[in-house]
Amino acid sequence: MAFEAVIGLEVHAQLATESKIFCPCPAKFGAAPNENTCPVCTGMPGVLPVLNRRAVEFAIRTALATSCKVQERSVFARKNYFYPDLPKAYQISQYELPLAVSGHIDIEGNGTSRRIGITRIHLEEDAGKLIHAGAFAGAQTSLADLNRCSVPLMEIVSEPDIRTPEEGGAYLRRLRDILVYLEVCDGNMEEGSFRCDANVSVRPKGRKEFGTRTELKNMNSFRNVEKALEHEIRRQIGVIEDGDAVVQETRLWDADAGVTVSMRGKEEAHDYRYFPDPDLLPLHFDAAWVEELRKTIPELPGEKIARLSSRYGIPRYDAELLSSSRLLADSFETSVAAFGGNPKVTANECIQWKEALVAGRLSPETIAHVVEDRETGTISATASKTLVEIAIETGKPVRQIRDEKGLTQVSDAGALEAIVDKVIAGNPKEVASYRAGKAGLLSFFVGQVMKETRGKANPRVVQEVLKARLE
Amino acid sequence: MAITREEVLQVARLARLALSSAEGEKIREQLGGILSYIRQLDRLDTTGVVPTSHAIEMGTPFRDDSAHPFGEKEEILKNAPDREEDFFRVPRIIED
Amino acid sequence: MAGIPVHAWTLLEAARAIREKEISSRELTRALLSRIERIDPQIRVYITVLPEAAMQEAAARDEELAGGHLRGPLHGVPVALKDIFCTKGIRTTCGSRILGDFDPPYDATVTKKIREAGAVLLGKHNMDEFAMGSSTETSWFGPTRNPWATDRIPGGSSGGTSAAVAAGTCFAGVGTDTGGSIRQPASLCGVVGMKPTYGRVSRYGMIAFASSLDQAGPIARSVPDAAVVLGVIAGHDRRDSTSVDIPVPDFLAATGKDVKGMRIGLPREYFAGGLDASVREVVERALKALLSRGAEAVEISLPHTEFALSTYYIIAPAEASSNLARYDGVRYGFRADGGTGLIEMMSRTRGEGFGAEVKRRIMIGTYVLSAGYYEAYYGKAQKVRTLLRRDFTEAFSGVDVILTPTAPTPAFRIGEKVDDPLTMYLSDIYTIPCNLAGIPGISVPCGMSPDGLPIGAQLLGRHFDEEALFAAAAAIEREIPLPRVAPLEG
Repeated sequence: MAFEAVIGLEVHAQLATESKIFCPCPAKFGAAPNENTCPVCTGMPGVLPVLNRRAVEFAIRTALATSCKVQERSVFARKNYFYPDLPKAYQISQYELPLAVSGHIDIEGNGTSRRIGITRIHLEEDAGKLIHAGAFAGAQTSLADLNRCSVPLMEIVSEPDIRTPEEGGAYLRRLRDILVYLEVCDGNMEEGSFRCDANVSVRPKGRKEFGTRTELKNMNSFRNVEKALEHEIRRQIGVIEDGDAVVQETRLWDADAGVTVSMRGKEEAHDYRYFPDPDLLPLHFDAAWVEELRKTIPELPGEKIARLSSRYGIPRYDAELLSSSRLLADSFETSVAAFGGNPKVTANECIQWKEALVAGRLSPETIAHVVEDRETGTISATASKTLVEIAIETGKPVRQIRDEKGLTQVSDAGALEAIVDKVIAGNPKEVASYRAGKAGLLSFFVGQVMKETRGKANPRVVQEVLKARLE
Repeated sequence: MAITREEVLQVARLARLALSSAEGEKIREQLGGILSYIRQLDRLDTTGVVPTSHAIEMGTPFRDDSAHPFGEKEEILKNAPDREEDFFRVPRIIED
Repeated sequence: MAGIPVHAWTLLEAARAIREKEISSRELTRALLSRIERIDPQIRVYITVLPEAAMQEAAARDEELAGGHLRGPLHGVPVALKDIFCTKGIRTTCGSRILGDFDPPYDATVTKKIREAGAVLLGKHNMDEFAMGSSTETSWFGPTRNPWATDRIPGGSSGGTSAAVAAGTCFAGVGTDTGGSIRQPASLCGVVGMKPTYGRVSRYGMIAFASSLDQAGPIARSVPDAAVVLGVIAGHDRRDSTSVDIPVPDFLAATGKDVKGMRIGLPREYFAGGLDASVREVVERALKALLSRGAEAVEISLPHTEFALSTYYIIAPAEASSNLARYDGVRYGFRADGGTGLIEMMSRTRGEGFGAEVKRRIMIGTYVLSAGYYEAYYGKAQKVRTLLRRDFTEAFSGVDVILTPTAPTPAFRIGEKVDDPLTMYLSDIYTIPCNLAGIPGISVPCGMSPDGLPIGAQLLGRHFDEEALFAAAAAIEREIPLPRVAPLEG
């Protein structure tokens, strides 16, 4: 029997705000334990939350970028449970009336495009960090660091529209790229600022009803999400083929073992007792505010890929690579626009030097200059690489480096003729063999000329001159 | 409205309240009485009535996103019943 | 003020005397500290007294005044706070064992404002644990007694503050009111107590009981005193998202306003059976006082009144169960010894740290919010709350204020209702609807029972129309002269 998987993904994205969502503590990572805390985020008696406007704007912009409907009125709710990393013993989240609903993201793959629905987007606060000292020290205690408490999170829940692990990966990457484009999240999965849980079930192909689903957690890279989904789908199909039933449960992905493991027994039956948070009034959005924010939405990855490939005539794959970063795509366009270089060559250079370009250690101008010099034959491909490397290292203008290091190549046929003649004169035996039909010897002559010019000759021009002289 | 002992234990567990059996029994009786009383609301037809969750009707205000460190970590930590350096220390989590 | 002992002065009298240098803040503070020392053992109002700090503050106020600097309307006047307001560096208990010796890292906005207005803080007042009670008997620190009859309760939960004001051990105080916790003890102690409109006074730093109902307000010996204190503590606070950005009017001026032509609503549901005869008589006196000054009486109906108590006993415990979840022994306060593991530590801490009434309400609140019961209880209560609010909106289209009893009976005996929660809850039957609607309410003394126990009447007003309440209450106060302080001598 053929099976089909039904997958829904829940993403928690940490919003790139300066301060926390309900108090003015810095939201930055990496501070000393409990350094970024205050009475509000440590749940002292009597404190009250006040909502960070930027966190809300980030969420609305995400909603607009994913074609969600921003709800005129949404409500914060308390999710009640006890844990030492949750100071108030409730998490302020949204439940019945989330900030936005009913959106979608289009993903492309295998030449086709698929639309993945987005159920809802809501805002909530993060919890702190618990260090289980006992696990390695044999102690009987855990230690709580509340720095992360109340750092703003945005939860984005997809519809169960995803059918394969590859689609899941594509959806996640596209969603991450959108958030990064919007500059609302740094998208770093390894550091936990972009986290993903998955709901997975399988059903015989053609059946409408969903099978029993499991929830997968602990996947901290895109690759791991795909692997975990793959494994879990295979596992569930195996269970059904063995005549057993899939148990609804939470499973943890064990990246080292490459398997998902049941959390059964380690999980309490939760009853979160959600209710509207009386300390925060409903969030009201008027259309004017939403429209104002809509104006701040940049061109998004999907649109950019399509435009770059059609406008510049570069392969879609290149356009995708360029669009993986807004800065990279911008560098590409700046470079092409300012100096009119060959788009394909420019794209290759930009992709090759992505890291430095995105980090701002390399300017689009440099790319344009090397592309231009290569097209005019002023520098060789080898020299081009060396030049860029030096430019990144020193920050000097690339043409200055080129001239200082003498990395230009000689492309003037007239200037090369004397050297070519000298090489022909010095190798009579080879000249005879060549003229007798050993055409392969041409590369020997090119090598000799290059040696004479200490690599500065343009090999293409050398070849032309040689051919003319040897004939 | 009669509440069972199991329900009392379940609610007490959710609320993280250790109750002695005498306390539990007393609460069971009182809870039953109170819940019976408040079920008088069932007499009211509230079809179509919009719920009120806040005493005032306005949108929630915002604060600007600028970071101001509290700057007095010791003030936060000084009330801790147990701490290790700058961490709050709690007993090990035992799964049941 | 010849012949009136300093402790019986009104706050306005004390503030004026200091301002005009007839008495120093130090003298006044010393007098009150010494009265606390003599009287407090009989009534047990103060959880914390701050003799040294208060004298230092008084000296500082005197010095400022000598230099021509007047901080505000409370300059140099000794007042105190219900122990529900966080005071930086001063133990704050909320009447509970679970807070241990909690030393707040910050000041409540109310604390800050009374200090900015120049008040000298004498100490922190006893209260029902987490403000849950109507008698101040549920405090971990033991019951407070009514200064008019020390075998009786002072009401609650702001029983400590009401008793202190009545006993002359502070000039005024700030209490909190979730279902009547300012007005009911004010009535039972013969003082003035106002619950302002929800959103009028910042809740920041006021330890939460039921967030959508809680509001801080003044307790004082006269209506103008209460007006001055409200003027000090009111105002928008950006730290409280439910604080309303609306101008603070001159409440003191409002106490001098004429009530001629004011329409006084008398809700028939509040004068039905169960009302003590002496209470009815006193409220009628209050009405007569208003009518004699040209107000008009209008009979009205608040049809959903009978459902208010049930609604309240769903919403308040539900919110409380969540608000009190933070007391888990992790970051501050009491932590129970013994036991193994985290869950046991938390459960024992909460089992031992909370008293019976608080546990009862946490259990009710947890139950009504739990899966499968939410709609039947909490969802239903929220809808009935809408109906109750609507009752008031409709009533206020025809009247300016509503006059009712504050409490169904005068002060009862200590221990009388402590084991009968439902009967205890009925003490707040007249005060609860006001909190559910978010409107302001005031209790003003109007007379005494045959046993010599004070009885107050309640006035309710439109949202943010505390001025009408001050005008009407001041009119009643002028018409019905009553003793200023309880006849307690140590």
